[in-house]
Amino acid sequence: MTIDWTSFTPWASLSGGMLIGVAAAMFILLNGRIAGISGILGGLLIPKKGDVGWRALFVAGMVLAPTAWLPTGPLPEMQIDAGYPLLIIAGLIVGISTRYGSGCTSGHGVCGISRLSPRSIVATLAFMFTGFVTVYIMRQVFGL
Amino acid sequence: MNKHFVSAFVTGLIFGIGLLVSGMANPDKVLSFLDITGNWDPSLMLVMGGAIAVGVVAFTLIKGRTHSLWGEPLRLPTRQDLDSRLIMGSLGFGIGWGLAGFCPGPALVAFGTGAPKAIVFVVAMVAGMAMYELIEKSRNKTIS
Repeated sequence: MTIDWTSFTPWASLSGGMLIGVAAAMFILLNGRIAGISGILGGLLIPKKGDVGWRALFVAGMVLAPTAWLPTGPLPEMQIDAGYPLLIIAGLIVGISTRYGSGCTSGHGVCGISRLSPRSIVATLAFMFTGFVTVYIMRQVFGL
Repeated sequence: MNKHFVSAFVTGLIFGIGLLVSGMANPDKVLSFLDITGNWDPSLMLVMGGAIAVGVVAFTLIKGRTHSLWGEPLRLPTRQDLDSRLIMGSLGFGIGWGLAGFCPGPALVAFGTGAPKAIVFVVAMVAGMAMYELIEKSRNKTIS
């Protein structure tokens, strides 16, 4: 392992992470809910009465974040190397498995670990593990 | 307008801006973080660290409460058991995450930039979530 110091962005990542923490804190303190993106989005697919508005508005806030950013300057770099077939496969896997696993990086990784939930700690270790293995296989074995 | 709707929107917005600031919305950076045996960019450790540091405070504050500061019932997951759905789902999610570098939150933010690749990923992800609902629905039918 070598550390890529030239790409390392400690302050931006720490402050961005704290903003994510503020969002998760607001949501539990005010709305009494876990800010888990896969659950909030997935819950829109089979809409229940009185359970649609807040989900739709949360998702709208996330989608509008780049628009809200624009007056402050150009957007941070977003480089998507994967081609369309890989994006479709990855998207399908992420969609179906985050619903089976009851959460993703936000619900398990941020909120779950913050409240020391054993299920979320195990879930986070599991997806970090396969994330590392997948990238290892793609980059080091197949050289993609 | 209901204040809970406003806070849901603002939470989504802050969450999205946090993802942009942190570098988490950039799949290339996410993959560099998952590439631990290669040229590793540890930045995203700080995203999680920053988010959890703030999150812990909020979840400690609400400990023992039954309602949020706004009087909403607290909807916290209560399950403690580790089942195969949680583990298999989370292992699967890590594979999808490692293939393209997108998890659900950053994908929604990237969708908001109008980038065609992000739109394709989000459509596939929502299709994956719909597949989950369909499978669960047919399974429940067979049982009952």
